[in-house]
Amino acid sequence: MDDVRDMAHLSDEALVALVARSDEVALAELYDRHGATAYGLARRVLRDAALAEDAVQEAFLAIWRGAERFVPEKARASTWILTLVHRRAVDLVRREERRRADVLDESRDTGAEPSAADSAWLRFERERVQAALRRLPDHQRETLELAYYGGFTQSELAERLGRPLGTIKSQMFAALGTLREILESAERESWQTT
Amino acid sequence: MANDLIHELTAGYALHALDPQDESEYVEHLATCERCRAELAAFQETAGALALAVDPVEPPPALRARILSTARAERPNVVPLRPRWARPRTLAAVAAVAACAVVGLGVWNAVLHSQLSASRSALQAVGIKGANGSLVVGADGQATLVVTGLHRARTGKTYEAWVIQNGVPQSAALFDGGSTSVVRLGPRVPKGAIVAVTVERAGGVTKPTTTPIVVSARV
Repeated sequence: MDDVRDMAHLSDEALVALVARSDEVALAELYDRHGATAYGLARRVLRDAALAEDAVQEAFLAIWRGAERFVPEKARASTWILTLVHRRAVDLVRREERRRADVLDESRDTGAEPSAADSAWLRFERERVQAALRRLPDHQRETLELAYYGGFTQSELAERLGRPLGTIKSQMFAALGTLREILESAERESWQTT
Repeated sequence: MANDLIHELTAGYALHALDPQDESEYVEHLATCERCRAELAAFQETAGALALAVDPVEPPPALRARILSTARAERPNVVPLRPRWARPRTLAAVAAVAACAVVGLGVWNAVLHSQLSASRSALQAVGIKGANGSLVVGADGQATLVVTGLHRARTGKTYEAWVIQNGVPQSAALFDGGSTSVVRLGPRVPKGAIVAVTVERAGGVTKPTTTPIVVSARV
C-alpha cells in the first residue's frame, strides 16, 4: 500500500497497460493526472457534487476492470478515460432526471474548488478548445453543448429546440466535424509558428 | 436506415447523445463499417476535447481513497492474462480447477497441479444453462465462471456476470467471450445465490438491462 514508485515518466498508455495487470499504483497515478478534469466534467454534467463523485468512481473502477480491453492504437488513453467519465455522468443525469434547465449556466454549481493541479498544459488546452467552440455557428455550438454537457439525447434536443430530429442529427454531425477541423487546423498553425 | 443516415449517427454516438434505438442500430452497423470506425475514433478525440474545455475541479480526497480501496478489494477477473503470482493461493486454485474443467489435462494442468491439491476438496462445481461450462465455487465463496462457445461480444457490447442473491443482482465481472472464458467473479457467491450473464453496453452497467443468456444452478 505504501508503494510510492515514481510513475511520472510513464505515458498514460503505459499506465493503462500496468492497470491491466492489476497495478494499483498505476491506477492512482492515472487518477492523480485526470481526476480533477474528470470531476470537473462530471460536475458540469450532473450539477451535484455527490453524483459527480459517483460518476468518477464508477468510471475509474471501469478502467480498473476493463483496462486490458483498451487498444492504444485506436485512441489516446486520456480520451478513453474522459469518455468513460462522460458516459457515466450522462447515464446518471438521465437516470436522476435532475435536469438540466440551465445547462449552459455554469454558475449554478457552487462550492466547486478550482483544481490546484491545473497545469499550464491543461489551461492551454482549455483555452484552445473554448476558442474553437466560439468559432462555431451559434446553432451548432448550442447543439453540441446541450448534448455533451447537458446529456440531452437527439430526440430530446429536437423537442427542446423545436427542430426536426433529422435536422438535429445533421447539425450534430456537422458541428462535431467543424469543431474537429478547427482544432486540427489550430494544431497545425501552432506547430508552424513554433 | 439508409447508409449515409446511419453514418451521420457517428457524431451522436461520440457525444453519447443517441436515442437507445439509434444507438443499438449504430453499434450493430459499426461492426461492419470500416469507415464509421475510423471516423468514430476521430470524433471521439474531438468529443474528448470538449471535456478539456471544462474547468477542472479538485475532487474531495476521500474519493481517491474510496476508488483505490474498492479497486484493491476487487480481484482481477480474467485469469489467463493475469500474473498468477499476484494472487492468493486459493484463488489461483479455484481458477485453475475451473480452467482445467474446460481445457482438459494439459501442460497447464501439470504446472498448476501443485497449487491445487491443497484446496481441491473444498471446491464445488455448479452447472450452468445457456452455454457449456460451469461455475466453480470455493469454500469461502470465491468463484470462477467458465464458459465455452459464447461468441465474442460485438463492438460496443460486453458480457457482464452477476451474482444474484435474494433477487438482488450484484455486478461480478465483465468479459468479452470468445472460445473459452475463465471469469473470476468479484463478489463472493454465497449459498443459495445464482450467477447469471447478460449482454450489456461496453464498460458495463450497474443493473442488468437484458435477459440473462447464461444462468447457473443455485449454489
